Amino acid sequence: METVFLTFILVLAVFLGFELISKVPATLHTPLMSGANAISGITLAGAFLAAGSTDNDMANWLGAAAVTFATINVVGGYLVTDRMLSMFKSKRSAAK
Amino acid sequence: MIDLAANFAYILSAGLFIYGLKMLGSPATARKGNMLSSIGMLIAVVAALASDGTTFEFIIGGMIIGAAIGLLAARLVAMTSMPEMVALFNGSGGGASLLVGWATLYLSPDSSIGGFTAFTIALAILIGGLTSTGSLIAYGKLSEKLNSAAFVFSGQRFLNSLLLLAIIVCTYLFCMDPSPNSIYLYGLLGLALLLGVMAVIPIGGADMPVVISLLNSYSGIAACAAGFAINNNILIVAGSLVGASGIILTNIMCKAMNRSLANVLFSGFGAAKSGKAVEGEVNPVSVEDAYYILEAASNVCFVPGYGMAVAQAQHVVKELGQILEANGCEVSYAIHPVAGRMPGHMNVLLAEADVPYEQLVEMDDINPRIENVDVAIVIGANDVVNPSAREDEDSPIYGMPIINVDQARTVFVLKRSMASGFSGVDNPLFFGENTRMLFGDAKESISGVISEFGS
Repeated sequence: METVFLTFILVLAVFLGFELISKVPATLHTPLMSGANAISGITLAGAFLAAGSTDNDMANWLGAAAVTFATINVVGGYLVTDRMLSMFKSKRSAAK
Repeated sequence: MIDLAANFAYILSAGLFIYGLKMLGSPATARKGNMLSSIGMLIAVVAALASDGTTFEFIIGGMIIGAAIGLLAARLVAMTSMPEMVALFNGSGGGASLLVGWATLYLSPDSSIGGFTAFTIALAILIGGLTSTGSLIAYGKLSEKLNSAAFVFSGQRFLNSLLLLAIIVCTYLFCMDPSPNSIYLYGLLGLALLLGVMAVIPIGGADMPVVISLLNSYSGIAACAAGFAINNNILIVAGSLVGASGIILTNIMCKAMNRSLANVLFSGFGAAKSGKAVEGEVNPVSVEDAYYILEAASNVCFVPGYGMAVAQAQHVVKELGQILEANGCEVSYAIHPVAGRMPGHMNVLLAEADVPYEQLVEMDDINPRIENVDVAIVIGANDVVNPSAREDEDSPIYGMPIINVDQARTVFVLKRSMASGFSGVDNPLFFGENTRMLFGDAKESISGVISEFGS
């Protein structure tokens, strides 16, 4: 049953994703990609499970590596996206 | 109890991700959207920590190292190198999913891993591994640490088919007896990493926008697979949003080149049939004459390409644009979807130079009114303005939508020499009657024109 549930979520999220992303203008495609990089860092939430377990060394080390990679994505992705988006100015604010 | 709370927190953060993406629909709200999305991430991370953490030294260690690397990378990267940066981020996302999938095997006693879970673990390892090495190769090609040309050898397809077959066999055998010590697990790991390399080496530099978009999508799909492996719904939601985003971008890029995804991935572009040789007279123009023409123009359109990024010319381009505007001229910047090395690359460079986003126009907006443009200035773009794509059926780029600068009243082409573009196709635009070639470094040429305006 759990599997069906998760698949259900997957299908809905994919459709939602298509709807949302197709409305993003071409001008913002680079920030969209780096923002997507940041969101894919959500693997971090999964990595804690392994990195925080008490009973297995190997799981700890693999988990710690996963935490590192995912944190790079989250921190780097959001910051660089913000840096890029802060440069997009409209005519009015650029004139100031 | 805490699990229930964590799941509610996940719903909240999924909502924030979605709303954040929605706000990315306009440059005016995009920054706020990114902020919301990051708050969603923070909530998800805190919730996961609260429900999963029992020992924290590995988590904290990993987070400190990762945050330091991410912070430095985000602060230091030059806007011209964004494609390389995104390639590396794709790779690290894929790597993280691979590791999560792998580590999950150690968390449950051997007998308790079901067939379906084993299969999703295998998928996370496969897609994650392929994404990570594929992205590294893409990074190497983009930064020209590797030869950016397509690398094709005889028997490549046969070898790749064997590789795929071996992966299927390993996956099957691993799922039959899932255990962290399974030899097939290590086989799968190695093969997945190899597949990433083999998948990206036959793809040439000009096709990198497609590859980066596709790897972006894979990094999301890998997160999704990892989500199935550990039964975590936020991974599935966020991963599939990213996967969908990458697929849409891939599709846009392919359409903009009039090629199917299969053609981009497997053909090794450039080896295809070659179009007619172009002959004719080239009309060079001096900086001084260019100034006189621009001074009299009332509608100027810049068409930037990767060459603008290489010459770092975006700031002088914007300066010239401002001078022209002050001179009573209408200025726009027409950007082809595959200009540059990743989707939206040119837009970011021009935004960095403070060009207001209202002036950045898409190909479909400029083409209907290109005949009213007095001067189209092509800076370091080639294939995306090549009229062969419209006229010469034998040309390898025939059918690709282009910006029809040849239909503007006058075209300036800023170029170092007469060499052809990435596709290696001759460009009849250079020989057009209304085309004037401004040879030399784009930045110097434009600075020259600017100083003419000053004098």
